[in-house]
Amino acid sequence: MGHSKDLTKNNMNLNNSSEKTSTLGHKALRLEEDLIFEIDSPGTTGVDFPDFRFKKDKLGGLKKSTKIGLPGLSEPEVIRHFTRLSQKNYAIDSGIYPLGSCTMKHNPRLNEKLARLKGFSNLHPLQPIETVQGALELIDETANWLKKLTGMPAIAMSPAAGAHGELCGMMAIRAALDARDGANSLRRRVLVPESAHGTNPATAAVCGFKVDAIPANRSGRVDVLSFKEKLGDDVAAVMLTNPNTCGLFESEILEISRLIHECGGYFYCDGANFNAIVGRVRPGDLGIDCMHINLHKTFSTPHGGGGPGAGPVVFSEALASFVPRPWVVSGEHGFSIIENDEDKGDLLPIGRMKAFHGQMGMFIRTYAYLLSHGGDGLFQASGDAVLNANYIMAELCDYLSPSYDGPCMHECLFDDRFLEGTGLTTLDFSKAMIDEGYHPMTMYFPLIVHGAMLIEPTETESKKSLDDFITVMRQLAIDAKSGQNNRFIGAPEFTPRRRLDETKAARQPILRWKEQGEDRNKARQK
Amino acid sequence: MDERRYTRDHEWIKIDKDIAIIGITEFAQEQLGDIVFVELPEVGKLLSKGDEAAVLESVKAAAEVYCPIGGEVIEVNDGLNDDPSVVNNDPYGKGWFIKLRVTDPESIDQLMDELDYNSFVESVT
Repeated sequence: MGHSKDLTKNNMNLNNSSEKTSTLGHKALRLEEDLIFEIDSPGTTGVDFPDFRFKKDKLGGLKKSTKIGLPGLSEPEVIRHFTRLSQKNYAIDSGIYPLGSCTMKHNPRLNEKLARLKGFSNLHPLQPIETVQGALELIDETANWLKKLTGMPAIAMSPAAGAHGELCGMMAIRAALDARDGANSLRRRVLVPESAHGTNPATAAVCGFKVDAIPANRSGRVDVLSFKEKLGDDVAAVMLTNPNTCGLFESEILEISRLIHECGGYFYCDGANFNAIVGRVRPGDLGIDCMHINLHKTFSTPHGGGGPGAGPVVFSEALASFVPRPWVVSGEHGFSIIENDEDKGDLLPIGRMKAFHGQMGMFIRTYAYLLSHGGDGLFQASGDAVLNANYIMAELCDYLSPSYDGPCMHECLFDDRFLEGTGLTTLDFSKAMIDEGYHPMTMYFPLIVHGAMLIEPTETESKKSLDDFITVMRQLAIDAKSGQNNRFIGAPEFTPRRRLDETKAARQPILRWKEQGEDRNKARQK
Repeated sequence: MDERRYTRDHEWIKIDKDIAIIGITEFAQEQLGDIVFVELPEVGKLLSKGDEAAVLESVKAAAEVYCPIGGEVIEVNDGLNDDPSVVNNDPYGKGWFIKLRVTDPESIDQLMDELDYNSFVESVT
């Protein structure tokens, strides 16, 4: 490749074990790729323009006085440039992704095929209702599946992603409190565990609630005694993630549910980790009043730069009246959509969360996933997700330091105690993983664990893929403990850019190529 | 011994007559990691003890800085807007956050001195 430089030529200290276990996808990381403006060869173009020199222009006498600043490249040059760039992107399609479903799990290609069916992909949300009956049926069917899997009677399909779903759920709780206790309801305190996703307290605050943190107990779960002490007649709700962000099932959830209801509050569940229990536990049976479902996590639709999320919210009987419009309903003349106040009957919808009906493309992918797996397949998928995480936990527990005893759910959590005395941090360890060809896991979250390393392998990894990952992680832990600090402090070594100045990257990012870049080019050649 | 006093939330405070300077400790900056954003209060704002004096965002987490003493904000460290990494590099010097005019300067005597703070840090790590 003319524009590329193999950075490994100067770095021949790769040891054998890393060569053996490296995956293919990352090697492109080692190749330098110039910006498209820097590989410009003026006058080159991928298309033939008609000769305009003798034609009258349509600019009304205006004249172009400066360069338009587009690089000149042929079609293959453009394709190669972007293909090479794409190869620098560590993706679930190129290797195991220990960040797990929070970023992206495997998207079955069947989902993609069905979402591209012309009958779906060419729809417009303002088409006459009789021409979109199939799409409405799909929304209705998907909604029915989600209600069944969660054991909840009502659903809002429209929220656009997890945090949007949280907002929808907490707005419904606020509306229910106001309807029950009057608009001056004193219930304005929301209890949120310390280990919660940051969106939980943010959502509560946006809905006008005051956030009160519940501490975790020594096993990483909600401390029920402290929770009890915090209850009172000013408590509006508890927001709980289950399994929680430490990858642990909240074993006292039935007691928590009983206590919050007894005190007159509602139970919101952050359904981000529903993928660990789908087909096995119905949140409705736990006494949950509403929960968002990240379709893009649990039901494998693309997200994290690959597409929009989707965050339908399921509601208990107590909150069913407040479900936001629009609703898809079936009648004797087929499916219709209720979106106006005149048609709401006795219900008290909180309004609407989004234009139109939600993320239709995600519903199609979700429905394809649901139908292709079936009930038994979903049951197996959540089981495999938990099995894979526990396999990693068991294989690494003697090398890294697990934060809590006992088995985990779909993700396993380690802290930085195993690095004690080495002078190395979780960040150093993670950067060294990049040199081994792996994307690091979630680090420094949840905050209640010091130097957290949270690994979610997801259900689709094979035993071999997990074993390769485990081998590399073990070797890194051994190297860290035996004082080979250079491979950590200096990491990543095999990337075009080394350790970034994160403060500068956040505060003074260079987001646009500028003409002065030519000078930079010259400097580089020297 | 230095004249700074320390809180259990890892803020430091230094008082000269009725003017207090507030920042975070070396331990705090190290725990937070690279700080990328600092939100400071407006000059003239009245803060009570325990109020939010600043909000920090690092590559790892967001954190609040609490006021160890009540008073009126008379100056904020605007330089942190452009270069928050100063908090990491010089937490006890150029990385200060706010200056307060305080009414009860003696109340900081209840806070920890350097020795007490150091043993407190040792006990939590």
